[in-house]
Amino acid sequence: MTKFQKRLVTGLVVMALLTPLGIVLPMIAGSEDAWGEWGSETLQKLLGYLPEGFKKIADLWKAPLPDYNMGGDGAGIGTQVVSYIVSGLLGIILVVLVIFVIMKFVVKK
Amino acid sequence: MHIPDGYLSPQTYVPLYGAAAIFWAAALKKIKGSLHQKHVPYLAMAAAFSFLIQMFNIPIPGGSTGHAVGGAIIALLLGPWTAVIAVSVVLIIQALIFGDGGITAIGANCFNMAVVMPFISYWTFRLVRGNSDSQKRTGIAAFAAGYVGLVAAAVVTAVQFGIQPLIAQGADGRPLYAPYPLEVAVPVMALEHLLLLGVIEGVVTYLLLKHFIKNEPSLVYALRKKDGEARS
Repeated sequence: MTKFQKRLVTGLVVMALLTPLGIVLPMIAGSEDAWGEWGSETLQKLLGYLPEGFKKIADLWKAPLPDYNMGGDGAGIGTQVVSYIVSGLLGIILVVLVIFVIMKFVVKK
Repeated sequence: MHIPDGYLSPQTYVPLYGAAAIFWAAALKKIKGSLHQKHVPYLAMAAAFSFLIQMFNIPIPGGSTGHAVGGAIIALLLGPWTAVIAVSVVLIIQALIFGDGGITAIGANCFNMAVVMPFISYWTFRLVRGNSDSQKRTGIAAFAAGYVGLVAAAVVTAVQFGIQPLIAQGADGRPLYAPYPLEVAVPVMALEHLLLLGVIEGVVTYLLLKHFIKNEPSLVYALRKKDGEARS
C-alpha cells in the first residue's frame, strides 16, 4: 500500500469512529426518519391506516442488524453509539471483501 | 433516499430491478476492459467511504433527516461505471445486513443512487468544467457534480414514491403502497436536497477532489479522460 493509500485508510477508520454523530445530531435536533422511510408505526400515525400492499411486503426481510442497532427498539444511547461504530466497521469490512471478491473475477492481472 | 419494503408496487420495483441489472452487467463489462489492478484498492476504499458517509444522518428542519451518498466523488475519481458497482455493493449490504432500504427495493435504490447519481454527477462535472484547466472552474464543477447528482437522485426517488397512488389503489380507493402523490413527494424531497443535502454532497465532492488532485492526480478519471490518454 502506498503512503497516500495508508492515509486514506486512516481517514476511513476515523470516519467510522465519528459515525455516532449521525445518530446524536438528529436526536438533539428532534429529527426522526428520512422522508418516505417510515416504519409501520410511524406510517400508521401519519395516515391513520396502513396501506394493504405495504402490510404484505413491509416485513418481508429480517435483517440481522436492523437500523445499525444491536440493542433493539428500546436501546439506550450508549448501546446505539457502540452499535453504530460496530456497524460502520463491519459495513466497511463487508464492502471491501465483496469488492475484492468481485474484482478477482473481473479485473485482469 | 433508501426506499424501504412496502413503499413500491411490484409494477415499479420489478422493472427497476431489471434496469439496475442491465447497468450492473454493463458496468462489470466496462470495468473488465478498463479498470487496472492498481485501482482495485481505491475502488474498495471508495465503497467503504460511501458506506460510512451514508451513516452521517443530518437533521433537516421539519423533523426528518438525510445524508450524502458519496456517489459523485466516486464517479469523478474512478468513473461512473465503476461508481455503479461501488455504490451498488454498499446499497445491497445495507439492505441485507442492516435493513436500510428494502429487499424488494434494491433495484430501485441502486438505480437511483448507484446509476442516476454517478452518471448525472459525472456529466455535470464535464459540462461545467468544459475544456478549462482552471483550478477554480474545476472546483466549481466538482461542487456542481455533487449537488446536481444528489438532487437528481432524490427527484427520481420522489417520482417513484409519487406515482404509487396512481398505479396501485385498493377497492376503497386508498393507496396500496407509498401514499403521498407526486405533488407532495417531489417538492419535499427536492427541497431537502436542494437546500441542504445537495450542498453537503457538493462540498464533500469538492474537498475530496481537491485532495486527490493534489496528492494523486493521475488517478482522477474525470481529468484523465479529457486529455485523451489511455485509461488503463
